[in-house]
Amino acid sequence: MTFSEITDHIESKTSGKISLIEGKDVIQVTPDNWLEVATLLKDDTSLQFDYLMCISSYDKGNNKTYGAAYNFFSVQLNHYIEVRVEVEDGTSIPSVAGLWRAADWHEREAYDMMGLHFENHPDLKRILLSEDWEGYPLRKKYTEPDYYHGMPVPKDKSYWD
Amino acid sequence: MDPTLLGQFNKDNIIVEKLDTLINWSRANSQWYFQFGLACCAIEMMAAAAPRHDLERFGAMPRATPRQSDVMIVAGTVTLKMAERVKRLYEQMSDPKYVISMGSCSNSGGPYWQHGYHVLKGVDLVVPVDVYVPGCPPRPEALLQGLLELQKKIKTETPLRKQA
Repeated sequence: MTFSEITDHIESKTSGKISLIEGKDVIQVTPDNWLEVATLLKDDTSLQFDYLMCISSYDKGNNKTYGAAYNFFSVQLNHYIEVRVEVEDGTSIPSVAGLWRAADWHEREAYDMMGLHFENHPDLKRILLSEDWEGYPLRKKYTEPDYYHGMPVPKDKSYWD
Repeated sequence: MDPTLLGQFNKDNIIVEKLDTLINWSRANSQWYFQFGLACCAIEMMAAAAPRHDLERFGAMPRATPRQSDVMIVAGTVTLKMAERVKRLYEQMSDPKYVISMGSCSNSGGPYWQHGYHVLKGVDLVVPVDVYVPGCPPRPEALLQGLLELQKKIKTETPLRKQA
């Protein structure tokens, strides 16, 4: 199916749950509707998105809006869709790890790097950085610490002993 | 037949040398290295150990435990998370122990110098380094030269007397 056929199909099944981003073949979903739409994407016989390719996270640059972009592919039907879910800082996105197992580690990475919280995730903890790391490094306002466990972090060596 | 003492040694295939030299000779030619790699430099280290470059002809063979290792080749990017493990593994090695820092990342942070919030800017901040091998990554020949430089360094030591 083409992008417009997919969006029309989702609209016919759930009215008003998705919106389109202008100029892009991307659909946007609010966190409240996301689990319902995700279940539809996975289970509907004419959608069958059985493969979650990637979850990317992004920072809108206003220090409060962060988003997750999900790329889905259907191996059965050979079509593709990108879905974006945006949240304000402090609110959470429902986890889709129960639908696609691949989401487990991808959501942990999005949490680790961008500080997105995923509701009902089986084990939401940092995946790459140490568990006692402070802050979320890929956020635009992130500043690196001066020391980590006594080891100097910044590139400026002038004040190292 | 030579009646002198030295002549007797020659005849019986005996070499007279300082004990220091003997110990250094054996240490320098049995540099068993700790088999672990942190990033792409580890691929070059594997190539150096493989038949074409054959690190083992210099007496260096990989050991899977710090207890049996004499030299630690830090091959790759040392992240802050890994730095603590590297330090602990170094502390578990028995004396005499040496460290070869292989590649730009472990020498100085390398390409992560400017924006690497998670990378240690040189492994010499946590463990003492004997030989630095430059390169990104260094070719196996460069690692071989690093090992030979370490052998030269070991041969200048005086293990029977306390070092200054």
